[in-house]
Amino acid sequence: MGEAIVITSGKGGVGKTTTTANLGTALALLEKKVCLIDTDIGLRNLDVVMGLENRIIYDIVDVIKKRCKLKQALIMDKRFECLYLLPAAQTSDKSELNPEGMKEIIAELKQEYDYILIDCPAGIEQGFKNAVVAADKAIVVTTPEKSSVRDADRIIGLLEKEDVEPPHLIVNRIRNHMVKQGDMLDVDEIVQVLSIELLGIVADDDEVIKASNHGEPVAFQPNTRASISYRNIARRILGESVPLMSLEDQQGVFSKVKKFFGMRT
Amino acid sequence: MITIKGTREGLTLYIDDSCSFSEVLKELDQVLSTKYTDKDEPMITVTIQLGNRYLHKEQEEALREVIRRKNKLVVQSIDSNVITKKQALQWRDDSEIKAITKIVRSGQVVEIVGDLLLIGDVNPGGKIVASGNIFVLGSLRGVAHAGANGNTDAVIAASYMEPSQLRIADYISRSPDYESEGVYMECGLIDKEKSKIIIDRLQVLSQKRPDLNGFERRILNG
Ligand SMILES: Nc1ncnc2c1ncn2[C@@H]1O[C@H](COP(=O)(O)OP(=O)(O)O)[C@@H](O)[C@H]1O
Ligand SMILES: [Mg+2]
Repeated sequence: MGEAIVITSGKGGVGKTTTTANLGTALALLEKKVCLIDTDIGLRNLDVVMGLENRIIYDIVDVIKKRCKLKQALIMDKRFECLYLLPAAQTSDKSELNPEGMKEIIAELKQEYDYILIDCPAGIEQGFKNAVVAADKAIVVTTPEKSSVRDADRIIGLLEKEDVEPPHLIVNRIRNHMVKQGDMLDVDEIVQVLSIELLGIVADDDEVIKASNHGEPVAFQPNTRASISYRNIARRILGESVPLMSLEDQQGVFSKVKKFFGMRT
Repeated sequence: MITIKGTREGLTLYIDDSCSFSEVLKELDQVLSTKYTDKDEPMITVTIQLGNRYLHKEQEEALREVIRRKNKLVVQSIDSNVITKKQALQWRDDSEIKAITKIVRSGQVVEIVGDLLLIGDVNPGGKIVASGNIFVLGSLRGVAHAGANGNTDAVIAASYMEPSQLRIADYISRSPDYESEGVYMECGLIDKEKSKIIIDRLQVLSQKRPDLNGFERRILNG
């Protein structure tokens, strides 16, 4: 029986889709059976980042409307046989997705897959609710900006009302030189305010953007900073305890994160 | 049945609490009309002591009406030794400390009657409101409103204060526009002379709000 994890943030453009694609890839590298679901109806992206756009025949709305079987809509990844994508609909109306349909789909996928990663749309409306309703766990993504942390806090508050375990946090797009100059929030501050478990941090890395543009998530590469971060996070999802930082030039953050862990053990 | 005492502040009427209310009204009407209707006198304030008599709303209104009909008299207060159970419960509710363990996150509001003891943080964008005092065992980074029904003696205390706004009764103060660090173990209260909210060390409360002591003892002793 698999596990469904929703990846959410409140704010748009902070890296939900990128995180979903990369964690999916990293989990597949670890030989897990993974299915990614894009629930961002009308703004579908995940297929592009995965480089699978040209393979789409049916989408999630077709499944919900029973125009096809779930299996027919699933697209196998180019690189991994254990990685699949259920794409969002690009042309349908958002309201065609509903909680009951989501529950059905995810229950069925859990029979077959180890992990189901749900890419959540921005916002706190029905789209959010659809994405969260059938999730067992939640990952909240934020960038080190006040507005993004504020929205993450709001989302964490809303997740408390849902039937999902306390969420974990990924801080994405950290720019070290800005943190050092005090122009960006540091991870320690963010974790303190949000007071949820930190799952990992990802540097702001041009390789992420390049890789997305080539339809091949950065996690597939052996040793860029971001790919190491994503693969570490994947191992933490599997329950391994991987030290939080391996980004060489992030000394300041490293010591603080260690202190944070020190306090909790 | 009715005893009248005059002081410099005005008249005090002691109304015997063992006779019927209709008799009281009748006698009051007589006593006041015979004695206190001089023309050129200034207004006289009247305080009424009911003893162990309870008046419900209509009775109180009837009593006031009798006095209002006399030219120079205004009712200042009506005192009774007794209150209803309902009112007693209300009083208890108003002064009770409600302990809540929670992180009040952006977009969330916690609103209570009485004093609020929040064990947890108020994050930016979160809000807590109490009719009494507010004590935060944690970081206050959002909005706190104490004395929400108008109690200007209410205070807001926090382990760590970096609020975006403090409100007490209808006073508001906001955080400065420049970046500022928060402060530890401080409280906000209304400075009556400056007529604004000031922030000071927790220790000043023992002087400036000594009647908080009862509550503090209750926090300490559970
Ligand atoms: N760690 C990173 N470093 C650099 N760019 C990133 C990183 N994470 C995300 N991005 C870029 O940020 C943009 C928004 O990311 P996306 O995953 O689409 O956000 P969301 O799904 O939350 O709207 C994309 O252009 C993406 O390539
Ligand atoms: Mg997206």
